[in-house]
Amino acid sequence: MRFLIHLLFISLLFLLLGSCSQNKQIVSVTDSVDFNLHIRPILSDRCFKCHGPDANQRKSNLRLDTREGALAALKDNPDAHAIVPGRSADSEVFLRISSTDTSQQMPPVKSNLSLTEGEIDLIKRWIDQGAIYKPHWAFIPPRQTSLPEIPDSDWPINEVDYFVLAKLERAGLNPNAEADRARLLKRVSLDITGLPPSIEIQNRFLEDQAPNAYEKMVDELLMQPQYGERMAVYWMDVARYADSHGYQDDGLRTMWPWRDWVIHAFNKNYPYDQFVTWQVAGDLLPNPTKEQVLATGFNRNHKITQEGGVIDEEYRIEYVTDRTNTFAKAFLALTFECAHCHDHKYDPISQKDYYRTFAFFNQVPEKGLVGDISLASLADPPKIKITSEEIEEILTFINKKDTTTVEVMVMRDSSLRRPTYLLTRGAYDAHGEQVSIGIPSEILPYDSMVYGTNRLGLAKWLFDERNPLTARVFVNRMWQEFFGRGFVKTSGDFGMQGELPSHPELLDWLAVDFREHDWDIKRLIKQIVMSATYRQSSAVDAEKLEIDPENILLARASRRRLIAEGIRDLALASSGLMVKEIGGPSMKVYQPKGIWESSTSGRGVLARYVQDHDDDLYRRGLYSFIKRTVPPPGMLIFDGSNRDQCEVNRMRTNTPLQALVLLNDPVILESARVFAERLMNNSKTDEDRIKLAFQSIVCRMPGKEELSMLLTYFDSEKIRFAQAPQKADLFIQAGEYPYSKVEDVVSLAALMQVVQTIYNLDEAITKT
Amino acid sequence: MSKEFTNYRFHVTRRHFLGKVSLGLGSVALGSLLIPDLFSSSNEATQSLGLPQFAPKAKRIIYLFQNGAPSQLESFDYKPLLNKMTGEELPASIRMGQRLTGMTSGQEKFPLVGSHFKFNQYGKSGAWVSEMFPNIAKVVDDICIIKSMHTEAINHDPALTFMQTGAQQGNRPSMGAWLSYGLGSENKNLPAYCVLLSRGRGNGQGVYSKLWTNGFLDSVHQGVQFSSSEERVLYLRDPEGRDRTDRRNMLDQLAQLNALNYKEFGDPEIQARVQQYEMAYRMQTAVPELTDLTKEPDNIVKMYGADCLMPGTYAANCLLARKLSEAGVRFVQLYHQGWDQHGNMVGEMPLQAQDVDRSTAALIMDLKQRGLLDETLVIWGGEFGRTNYCQGDLSKENYGRDHHPRAYTIWMAGGGVKPGIVYGETDEFGYNIVKDPVHVNDFHATILHLMGLNHEQLTYKHLGRRYRLTDVAGKVVPGILV
Repeated sequence: MRFLIHLLFISLLFLLLGSCSQNKQIVSVTDSVDFNLHIRPILSDRCFKCHGPDANQRKSNLRLDTREGALAALKDNPDAHAIVPGRSADSEVFLRISSTDTSQQMPPVKSNLSLTEGEIDLIKRWIDQGAIYKPHWAFIPPRQTSLPEIPDSDWPINEVDYFVLAKLERAGLNPNAEADRARLLKRVSLDITGLPPSIEIQNRFLEDQAPNAYEKMVDELLMQPQYGERMAVYWMDVARYADSHGYQDDGLRTMWPWRDWVIHAFNKNYPYDQFVTWQVAGDLLPNPTKEQVLATGFNRNHKITQEGGVIDEEYRIEYVTDRTNTFAKAFLALTFECAHCHDHKYDPISQKDYYRTFAFFNQVPEKGLVGDISLASLADPPKIKITSEEIEEILTFINKKDTTTVEVMVMRDSSLRRPTYLLTRGAYDAHGEQVSIGIPSEILPYDSMVYGTNRLGLAKWLFDERNPLTARVFVNRMWQEFFGRGFVKTSGDFGMQGELPSHPELLDWLAVDFREHDWDIKRLIKQIVMSATYRQSSAVDAEKLEIDPENILLARASRRRLIAEGIRDLALASSGLMVKEIGGPSMKVYQPKGIWESSTSGRGVLARYVQDHDDDLYRRGLYSFIKRTVPPPGMLIFDGSNRDQCEVNRMRTNTPLQALVLLNDPVILESARVFAERLMNNSKTDEDRIKLAFQSIVCRMPGKEELSMLLTYFDSEKIRFAQAPQKADLFIQAGEYPYSKVEDVVSLAALMQVVQTIYNLDEAITKT
Repeated sequence: MSKEFTNYRFHVTRRHFLGKVSLGLGSVALGSLLIPDLFSSSNEATQSLGLPQFAPKAKRIIYLFQNGAPSQLESFDYKPLLNKMTGEELPASIRMGQRLTGMTSGQEKFPLVGSHFKFNQYGKSGAWVSEMFPNIAKVVDDICIIKSMHTEAINHDPALTFMQTGAQQGNRPSMGAWLSYGLGSENKNLPAYCVLLSRGRGNGQGVYSKLWTNGFLDSVHQGVQFSSSEERVLYLRDPEGRDRTDRRNMLDQLAQLNALNYKEFGDPEIQARVQQYEMAYRMQTAVPELTDLTKEPDNIVKMYGADCLMPGTYAANCLLARKLSEAGVRFVQLYHQGWDQHGNMVGEMPLQAQDVDRSTAALIMDLKQRGLLDETLVIWGGEFGRTNYCQGDLSKENYGRDHHPRAYTIWMAGGGVKPGIVYGETDEFGYNIVKDPVHVNDFHATILHLMGLNHEQLTYKHLGRRYRLTDVAGKVVPGILV
């Protein structure tokens, strides 16, 4: 029977994969066709471009995104209707999509779009079943359903598991057993703090026999200040943080005190509503504190031009556009940017709606062009000056060592309201009708009497409990951070063209739970990592791989490669090189020579790369200096963001250039060298040294076979170096960190080689 | 070919067989790198993935980008009227209220200025070429000069970004990334998309990594920057004290240890990583061999000029481009900076021209003598043109020109483009296009066409929208096709 179910699944999977490239929901086979699940994805993808929300592009005055539109008499043929509920044979939609006459066929040949037979059949069945429309799932506020019935099982630990198991049961899959403790500890430590567990923590956890040992560990990790850093890495992508202005001359800016605030906010566990409200509208709170104003730096992290010939207004509009798009993507997971030049083709966001939201961000007294590059202008008004006294007294989380004041760009609204116009085709000078503030009403109507007329109102709207998106979007992103894939895979697009949630009930349950528990981020994370779902082993057999290659159903944990910053952090932390200082300005770490110089315009203080030294070389990846036009190459190779725009989901590729970085990047080599020196001086036997290296980097004891391979390798390397001792001297040269005296250079070189090999193991850089 | 060809092939098959993580090597490399027994069921899908959609005219592209915008009026678009009218005001009937940059919008006068440099006609085509480009003049019958390019952007950053990615704002895949995505790599040991930078002696404007970004495509399609230092590709060179045997031994250890892990976890990504290390190892040998220009024969060095042995020069990059292209690199992108002559046209432009003229012509001749020009598309040009009026002070000896997006000149050679023709025309003031305009979108559509790809069908769906290099516009320019 299991086998048959699997067969059914495999064939269904193929059907879905073949029929609809974007929405590969694993759904149970049912006779009833569901609009949200089956039909809208097809209509949206293949029809809405000409028969959707965009009134200006609508063909034959027919819209299929609303039932009224689809049922209305056709403009060209009033006796006919696009859809006649219950009668596909009389429905023009069906006749056209099934026609073989290319002059009649829909979508038209020249659109390069087509429907498969399976899709045509689905639409036919949907019409015959009454052509029922439903509102888009993401615009219906989440509701908490009761936990699903599951068969007798002692597997679930918390609510999450009920939903996951119910789905697995239907698919005939069993969850994996819990991961072994060492691997689980590595996973949860990297997920919460971004750092591998130290040897001390590993030993303590492995020895702790208490039934709540894991929970204690989770609590401990959540209390570490490195938690704030790890979360800040994620937030920097959302906030498009960088240390330079971004266009052409790409001069220096100092937004790092804002980054210090983000770390602080996560560590203090500011509730999500407060965290976001301060960033969106801290300046508009009654008698705002300096901290609240500093938080608004979020909206000034966009790129700013310094190119002499530009037209000021054109770029000022560009910045307001960036803020608007970032707001929509970061907090609502909607692609507002599509409505910048015309009505959205798929989602109910008119161009007018776009500029109404734009109006909130259009009140900043700012210029398009930031001053003279040669003066290394740090900020354009509005900005705040932060003094040493303030850092000592109130903004204690800012890590600033000297006594100069630092300037940070922040938000402020002009006292005079700047009128906002719809911009025809998005052109900065093509003023259309004047618009007032607002938001696309299908999400949740914006009532300015209730919320007010400025950004603070926008924040209130965002956290109105009727808002269908805010909680879902954040819960989904957190799930993505801990499982590698959100319930909604397109974590930046909850619109019609986005993918449907894999576990809609669970997403909603968590979203409501999150909101009802005061938007408590640490609590949400604890809920996720405490679940049996999270704690599963990541082993996968051929059967599960075949049935669910993307691990949508969660019958295992996903193996996930560390992000760019994580790889650097792993090397520094495991070798003991890491300087665990929190916050402060960004650092210019080792970087191949000439990269900045070969692409600079030659102007400004960032024309040449002046590398930092000493402790500054061993800070976490979060603090690596990001010059937007030339981001750190090792970071880009490992899919880091160039911080041009708000990003909510990094890719995870696997390329030969990544291998080259791990083989030859000075930070890996130096970590291997320093670690090998310490092992030579602190441990007695070769075996102890290799075990300790393995345990520090891979975060578990090596297996018997692994240990013997590594020992054999060490011995053979030792023989090779003994034959050429001068080579060993050269071999161990790596990095600026002071060299410790090691008598046996041959062994040191061989050990360094072994340590570097361990750094290059797939498991070392993977959460397994 | 099926309509959703690209999407279907790229998304469905890869996702199904490789699971959640994109391996994303170009198709050819992909097929050969995967472990056969693991992916034996995938061959139908992966093998046809890299084929062009119809018979291509060009297999590879070398794009000699002249960064900063060389003046068309001092190079290929000869306007004797301007010499006659130098000092006179640009007629309003010609300017028609066109947008100016912030640098000249404050100017009270817009005095026309003719070229300081002499022009002559060359070749069977009789094309006009300025005296600053004597060597390009010699190959004029091999090239197709397009005098009617126009763009939408008026400043460097957006204009460059538009030329390279089809959009003025960043974060869209660049042309090379699209081609890497669409066609994959021809060479198992080299990336499909390589970028070479050089700097001339004129006013420079910088380049940005977003110009060779993969955008929302897999990062394997990112342009790989080749540097002028001894380490040609970042992180390529083994550190001191390591030889090939050391590396080989290490890779063997890694493979064995990773295999144990694979046995336990069954994740195909582990095997894929082992294969990526093997490719990295091969690159470490292939790239230095290929980029070693010192072994080039004397006649070649002579052709490109002595500068070609000096790493980081434009001449060296031209020679390197030929070698990379010859070895199967799909898209070699050069950027040569320094063409932004707002002032001192007379002083700076000859230096710029001197740095590129000989080696550019040599590249054409070299490809031709190797029988490669027919299948290699060479493109030369900048991001916009320059104004027919003077920026700043106009003196007898010197002048400058501001940015001019309304009309500019580029040229192409080989790869299915008609040789020895001049396409398009500007008015006698060199201000407006009067015949056969070519928009940047058209330029992109034509390039993809030459490579065997339909620009409307090479799409990638990202955040709900199907993106193209040509966005929603673009028409192939039939007049320049063979």
